[in-house]
Amino acid sequence: MQISRPGKATVILVLSVFAVIMALPFYWSVLTSLRANDDIFAIPIRWLPGRLTFEHYIQAFQMVPFARYFLNTLQITLIGLATNLFFGSLAGYGFAKLRFTGRKTLFNLMVSSIMVPGVVTMIPTFLVLKNFPLAGGNDLLGTGGIGFVNSIWGVVLPGGVGVFAVFFMRQFYLSLPDDLAESARVEGASEIVIYFRIYLPLVKPALATLAIFGFHSGWNSFLWPNIILNDPDRRVLTMALQAFSFNNQTEYGALMAASLFISLPVIVVFAFFQRYFIQGIAFAGIKN
Amino acid sequence: MRKNHIIRPTARTARIRRNLTGYLFVGPALLFFAVFVLLPVGLAAYLGFTNYDILTRSDWIGLDNYWRLLQDEIFHTTLANIVSYVVLYVPLMIFLSFCAAILLNTRLFGARAFRTIYYLPGLTSAVAASTVWLWLLNPEYGLVNQILSYFGIVGPAWLSHSRTAMVSIVMVTLWSGVGGNIVMYLAGLQNIPESLYESASLDGAGPIRSAWYITFPMLAPTTFFISMMLLIGSFQLFDQAYVLTKGGPANSTLTPVYLIYNNGFAELNMGYASAQAVGLFFLILLFTLVSRRFNREVTVV
Repeated sequence: MQISRPGKATVILVLSVFAVIMALPFYWSVLTSLRANDDIFAIPIRWLPGRLTFEHYIQAFQMVPFARYFLNTLQITLIGLATNLFFGSLAGYGFAKLRFTGRKTLFNLMVSSIMVPGVVTMIPTFLVLKNFPLAGGNDLLGTGGIGFVNSIWGVVLPGGVGVFAVFFMRQFYLSLPDDLAESARVEGASEIVIYFRIYLPLVKPALATLAIFGFHSGWNSFLWPNIILNDPDRRVLTMALQAFSFNNQTEYGALMAASLFISLPVIVVFAFFQRYFIQGIAFAGIKN
Repeated sequence: MRKNHIIRPTARTARIRRNLTGYLFVGPALLFFAVFVLLPVGLAAYLGFTNYDILTRSDWIGLDNYWRLLQDEIFHTTLANIVSYVVLYVPLMIFLSFCAAILLNTRLFGARAFRTIYYLPGLTSAVAASTVWLWLLNPEYGLVNQILSYFGIVGPAWLSHSRTAMVSIVMVTLWSGVGGNIVMYLAGLQNIPESLYESASLDGAGPIRSAWYITFPMLAPTTFFISMMLLIGSFQLFDQAYVLTKGGPANSTLTPVYLIYNNGFAELNMGYASAQAVGLFFLILLFTLVSRRFNREVTVV
């Protein structure tokens, strides 16, 4: 829409005010994490930084084994990402391009399960993991041990191949023409070779979008890891903040330092792959 | 005759081969789906009819859990809490993201920078965002009440009054969710033909009138989709309540998921908690179907 020059100035003013409101929590948490306690608890509040210190970051790292949690979170996120990309793309291709008995029924069944909210499967999935045969000291019938409870696999497996990943990849394979593989088929190439050599390289942008979204949701997940992981050594970053907020006298400086530290990786990934983020959201909006 | 004899088995082997290849591709995904979606859904339905508690009990008790659900005041409170959250959160979210999107769409310099700033809070985890707001909403030293004091307003102890605790959760979720919805509206805006605005301005319509009479109706499908997503998401609220208020004060921010989590994993009433989850699912389903029907009627009119 084209608008007049004074109109434009008003628009920029409104957007700027909104931007300040949106950015303020960031500014304030960064400032809180970097200043001494007398500045944090000063009344009236001090808007300008003043003396800066890293003591809260040091304090946060002393209170919580962040390096350990960082590695746990990274491990869980990356494994989940890898399985979703690999098997999600494989299944997406199968549903889009291959003809086999029951294809439509199976796909519809998978997609309709999106209607089922996560809370319905929360308790039974825990029981499935706890009684998983031959895992965590269990026998063949799934009794005797703790299964995948308290293990990173208990966090990774339930979302190992998400229905959304399959659906998302299928949409992209559908948009590619069928006759791309014609000549390769005539030459007798197998379907697996065709998939890896011809189709997979063409969906790299879709894989990137899926990867970004998987990273975002994996890194930030809280409820499920909180259910599965009890062992203090196996916790993930989102669980680390409890160490500060459960205290009666909250250490706000350290708490802000910790919150920023656990948010940083997603912000860095966003800075590099912003395009894929935006495309992914737009895709979700258009498809439905 | 002879030819037929040869062709038939090869046609069959070709079909078998085709099926095998197909299942090879979709098999792993189907396996995960069966074990971590189908099986749990079936188990949830089954557990809802039992008094299973993981340790001792596991008896079939028929519809007892569901009768209990109908009279369970805490469960009803959680539903009422979600309703009071939704009536505040959804209209505000639609209003803010719609307005921001049409302003961003005016092709001005710096639109991308604005968009990035609005989107940034959505990158943080609900836990980290809530933690930051825990500090912002601190009654004495928090930024929110300090800014309010500039205007002569004495801000409340946001998280410890049952009236304002839910408002706090609305603020946090608005802050972190608005950017994503702006992007979705922006995508929808690209599909509105420029000619509509040209003819409107020839008829003397100003920007606000054309936003209200052209843009908003043209984006009705996007608005409907976003509202549905927000509603379904609202029913699943947990992280923010867990960090900010622990469901309090006096259960005023206790959400259904929080209640089911407590019932299932703290008190180990897994049978009854499953019935609560199934009940919640049917409520969401009913709600979705009714609003779909409603939306269809509106768009047909």
